[in-house]
Amino acid sequence: MKTQSILICGVGGQGILTASDLLSDVLLRAGFQVKKSEVHGMSQRGGDVVSTVRFGEQVFSPLPAVGETDYILAFEKLEALRHVRYLSPRGIVMVNDFVWKPLPVAAGFATYPGDVVEQLRKLAGELVVIPATGIASELGNEKASNVVLIGLLASRMKIDKAVWLEVLRKKVPPRLLELNLKAFESGYGFKA
Amino acid sequence: MAKELLSGNEAIARGAWEAGITFAAAYPGTPSTEILENIIRYQEDIYSQWGSNEKTAMEEALGASFTGARAIVTMKHVGLNVAADPLFSASYIGATGALVIVSADDPGMHSSQNEQDNRHYAVAAKLPVLEPSDSQEAKDMVLEAVKISEAFDTPVMIRMTTRTSHSRSAVELGERQAPPEIEYKSDFSKRNLLPGNARRRHVAVEERLKKLAVFSDSFPFNVLIQGRERIGVLASGVSYQYGREVFPDACFLKLGLPYPFPIELFRRFAAMVDKIYVLEENDPIIENFARLAAPDKEIIGKDVFPLLGEMSQDVVAASLGLKPADPGIGAGVPGRPPSLCAGCPHTAFFYNLGILKVQSKGDIGCYTLGALPPLSAMDTCVDMGASITVQLGIEKALEKAGKTTKQVAVIGDSTFFHSGITGLVDVIYNQGKSTVVILDNSITAMTGHQENPGSGRTLMGQEARRVDILKLVRDGLGIEHAYEVDGYEVKAIRELLKREMARPEPSVIVVRRPCILLYRKARWSPAVVDKETCTSCKTCLRLGCPAISTDADGKSLINASLCSGCGVCIQVCPYKAISFADEKGLHISSMTLEKYAKGGAQ
Repeated sequence: MKTQSILICGVGGQGILTASDLLSDVLLRAGFQVKKSEVHGMSQRGGDVVSTVRFGEQVFSPLPAVGETDYILAFEKLEALRHVRYLSPRGIVMVNDFVWKPLPVAAGFATYPGDVVEQLRKLAGELVVIPATGIASELGNEKASNVVLIGLLASRMKIDKAVWLEVLRKKVPPRLLELNLKAFESGYGFKA
Repeated sequence: MAKELLSGNEAIARGAWEAGITFAAAYPGTPSTEILENIIRYQEDIYSQWGSNEKTAMEEALGASFTGARAIVTMKHVGLNVAADPLFSASYIGATGALVIVSADDPGMHSSQNEQDNRHYAVAAKLPVLEPSDSQEAKDMVLEAVKISEAFDTPVMIRMTTRTSHSRSAVELGERQAPPEIEYKSDFSKRNLLPGNARRRHVAVEERLKKLAVFSDSFPFNVLIQGRERIGVLASGVSYQYGREVFPDACFLKLGLPYPFPIELFRRFAAMVDKIYVLEENDPIIENFARLAAPDKEIIGKDVFPLLGEMSQDVVAASLGLKPADPGIGAGVPGRPPSLCAGCPHTAFFYNLGILKVQSKGDIGCYTLGALPPLSAMDTCVDMGASITVQLGIEKALEKAGKTTKQVAVIGDSTFFHSGITGLVDVIYNQGKSTVVILDNSITAMTGHQENPGSGRTLMGQEARRVDILKLVRDGLGIEHAYEVDGYEVKAIRELLKREMARPEPSVIVVRRPCILLYRKARWSPAVVDKETCTSCKTCLRLGCPAISTDADGKSLINASLCSGCGVCIQVCPYKAISFADEKGLHISSMTLEKYAKGGAQ
């Protein structure tokens, strides 16, 4: 099979690296070769964070190519727009319906575009907008929004659901497991 | 054997354990930090520690090697500049127990002040350097480095880059080798580099290099891969992976040991192909050796591929015109620069500099973010420790020209221990009049909270005597005017700054408060804005606090989930429009410094 690529992006502190770790583990268990990349350092101080995962029979580069990425999972709307150039023409963008104003916007130096979803719709093969932060808040913890998004991604990938659940059970601390299983199911069963 | 997904840094740590290493030292620095953080998982078998800086760490590792212990020392690329002095000496001395030096370079400068290629150091210090292209190789090459080090009596460098350090791939785990017997035996002629000894050692170094060059030709990680086309790709590090994406049918020579360069192996490879693309991150190191080894061959290297930034399959393809340039979609999206955290104990200090219209001379750490808008209060940042010394130079040059200016140097606690102390000695000795501000948050925060001599705890989790910065500068260095102030006390900081900047004597202000992220689990009670009282004057926005933004009416708005109740915005609001939602709630500012000093983080 051709190597496939997933790009996960958002803002430092949103649980992006946890999500990409989880995803990588699932793909490894599903029998693929997996490479994952992430950026540390300055980006963890409220900057944008991006992590990429590639999988297939034999994977060389840990980075996806511009215009050749199969899935983009965005934890924040503006970040989806920042990285959408990586998407392949038939790729899917799954975006959290959530705005986190960058500091220059909050301080009035820049403007947050009002038509992010419209722009994304023009550029994506398929676009799914999901209120993951809202769903997670209703479940009792906003921080579980990353697992809501992982659930949505799982529903679009051809990997046995049991593998995802098995990895969740292994990786999530017991006191947070119930919350995260619910979060996963909400994403998995999400209908726009 | 079990396979696990490991980052390159985790793989290095695992390799150190498998190779029978028993001593590890480092100073944290992106992208190298996680190596030692993972080595502590093996603390029953490996002693590990943070050095005050990379030089001390390398010398400590060298000392360990003297006893026959296998030792590893890790650092970011610029850290090796600090450790360059012992590096060159260690090359002459050689290795009793293996000495492995890991340099993690940062092409693209994700978190660094330059993008130097540290393979130059291997060439300059006449040491072999290994360059893994994924996590499996990172682990395997630590074992190889140990073998080479002991077989050839040489320190061995491993060059990681951001992408090999911070990408994950499957690694086959192995068993631990038994460490060698440890005993300190004196070896004067090798280890005491008096000129007479050093001259003889230099002869040994040159002979060693010749033997290593022969070894490089048959080293199993210098791999020749036959392809269907007569196109050759010579690559090292992660660039090899990008090459495989772009040239699926080419012949490859992948160099796991780029220096000493395998001349004979390369000539065999060159004979198989019509032209050779050379892929490597940053400088043309293997390219230059290749050109010397096969002067008549068509070689395409840095004349086409960039010297700047990271490589990727996109960069390789675009450089050769195989792919259109990046379409630039999303280029106009507002940036998301990193900023000081909500509740950061450095914010009030930088805000005050703005009020006093002072551009500080800065240093390396989270607080370098005080240079960015809206704080914009730092106009120099050179290298670790340079705040104090650069300032002294400015002061003396101005003084000589009969001019004075208000100067403030800003340095963090970890950076001060790293290389600020000697600069402060220069200030005292040379009768400087500068004010040095030490932002003491008790941890090495930027790289993700590593302990330092002021933390009261070691890397391996033991309690340690805390080096008291105030005592060190006042009682040790004799700086009479040394004061401590709470990082959340806006007015107190400003008054102290005004007073000390006016004083024609050296002074030190220690702005103390633990890093807010040490309290990550706490549920803080936030501050709130009273919409009626708020006049939209935007004073609070000048703090650059990520918790503060504006609502649709232009009134200030505090994000309750980000706010930790530091109270700094309450103090700066000229209209008293901000207050705690619950005066009796848990606010970070109500934690006293004493409580913190005793108990540390919650």
